[in-house]
Amino acid sequence: MTYALEISALAKTYKGGFQALKGIDLTVSEGDFFALLGPNGAGKSTSIGVITSLVNKTAGQVKVFGYDIDTDLEKAKSFIGLVPQEFNFSQFEPLVNILVNQAGYYGVTKSVATKRAEKYLKQLELWDKRDEPARSLSGGMKRRLMIARALMHEPKMLILDEPTAGVDIELRRSMWDFLRELNKQGITIILTTHYLEEAEMLCRNIAIIDGGEIVEDTSMKKLLAQLDVETFVFDIKVGATVAELEAFTQQSQAIAYRVVDDHTLEVDLNKTQNLNQVFEQLNSHHIEVLSMRNKSNRLEALFVSLINNKTNTKQKDITKGAK
Amino acid sequence: MNNSIALKSILTKEIQRFTRIWVQTLVPPAITISLYFVIFGSLIGSRIGEMGGFDYMSFIVPGLIMMSVITNSYSNVASSFFSAKWQRNVEEMLVAPVPNWVIVAGYVGGGMCRGILVGLIVTSVSLLFVDIQLHNVWIIIATVMLTSATFALGGLINAIFAGSFDDISIIPTFILTPLTYLGGVFYSISLLPEFWQGVSQANPIVYMVNAFRYGFLGISDVSLVTAFAVISFFIVTLFTIAMVLISKGIGLRS
Repeated sequence: MTYALEISALAKTYKGGFQALKGIDLTVSEGDFFALLGPNGAGKSTSIGVITSLVNKTAGQVKVFGYDIDTDLEKAKSFIGLVPQEFNFSQFEPLVNILVNQAGYYGVTKSVATKRAEKYLKQLELWDKRDEPARSLSGGMKRRLMIARALMHEPKMLILDEPTAGVDIELRRSMWDFLRELNKQGITIILTTHYLEEAEMLCRNIAIIDGGEIVEDTSMKKLLAQLDVETFVFDIKVGATVAELEAFTQQSQAIAYRVVDDHTLEVDLNKTQNLNQVFEQLNSHHIEVLSMRNKSNRLEALFVSLINNKTNTKQKDITKGAK
Repeated sequence: MNNSIALKSILTKEIQRFTRIWVQTLVPPAITISLYFVIFGSLIGSRIGEMGGFDYMSFIVPGLIMMSVITNSYSNVASSFFSAKWQRNVEEMLVAPVPNWVIVAGYVGGGMCRGILVGLIVTSVSLLFVDIQLHNVWIIIATVMLTSATFALGGLINAIFAGSFDDISIIPTFILTPLTYLGGVFYSISLLPEFWQGVSQANPIVYMVNAFRYGFLGISDVSLVTAFAVISFFIVTLFTIAMVLISKGIGLRS
């Protein structure tokens, strides 16, 4: 099996002693759409920095399509396209120059680069701005410019570090479509994001990193299957009072209801329960459901629980140590 | 990987940068040098008389051209590379498979282009004040190329270490300008007392200015062989330092 990315025992300790990565192992298959999630300061950007050679590692090994960054750095770099978290282009250069120069760094001739720049600027709806300095772009446009720039040498692997941060929902969705299309074309995509809905919708595999350690590394399906309880919110037609609704929820022992107000109920369902049971009960008590939704993103619930478990374990260890 | 395309890209970007802001980069040296010509050449120079067998204006022209080349080669690379660090667009090159020597050569080439272009502008301005004579054009070309490369490398090293915009003005203000003024631009070091002549020989700019002046006037306070040996030594040393710094990622990689 070909791996787009193989990381083993990767560690990074910054000057001053902060241990950002504590020997992580990770593999990403070729063609995958992979999510790397974690809270702020977990080690996501450091990992990406090491892979793209912007951060010097302290220990461990990184291979990109089989090429070790210690021995074949230039070859490894040629496969990667990076969309960093921070804007990192010259604010004074016109868009076309930024793209054509970037392609040149990868050995792409100017004539080929100019055609590619046109293609990606048009696809990302930046063509009208091609001769304007980058500083004149809006935040969302700047993000799209960085995606176009990362694609100029037609990389086999695209790494996006929070590409949709600060981008409005409409634009975010169009970026998702664009990324899905790239992935369909065979480009391996590694994505970090704080929008867990984004990871759930786009990615097939996921790793969660916290405190410089990988706390979960699995497929999105398997991870979501770990979800024990899911909370649904029902908007109901106003008819009964809060007291009457409270009485109904107390009668129901099998299903855990909560009354939010006289037109909202929340229901916690575990894996053995299904929504039909809820509808039957509500129907039998003449409670009319107007609409229904998930209270929170499913992945978000798991993410919080995984991070909390780790924090709790750490605190227990500290307490044991103190004893 | 075609390194020549990467080199051309860096060089093109650098040339586009200083020509885009030509009012800041190309016009000021012309104005400054015109002032030098008016004040030191015409007003004061006419009272000084001859120096090294030439009228004072003719004597200082090579030095003033060289002073502009030095200052502009240095400041171009120092400000461009530091801006790239500050805006983080230096990462565009660091993530790409560009060998370190190509990054160094690209930036140094950009600095040399600006230094030489400013040198040509200043030479054109000087023609308004004095008839320039050429003794050996090859010495002129070799000196200007090597000197601009030396100071472009110096500017690059300064930018690599710089943590703020202040840091890229400290070296030019406190080191480069005094060395240039004391480097025989306005006088022949043979006029100095013996002790200060010895001290002046530790100043690399003395060799550059004198070799350049030899190309125009055929006179020099130092031997040409020594001058080219000194310049070559500085180029090799500074290039090696720049390569080591970039390979280690000093100031570039965390």
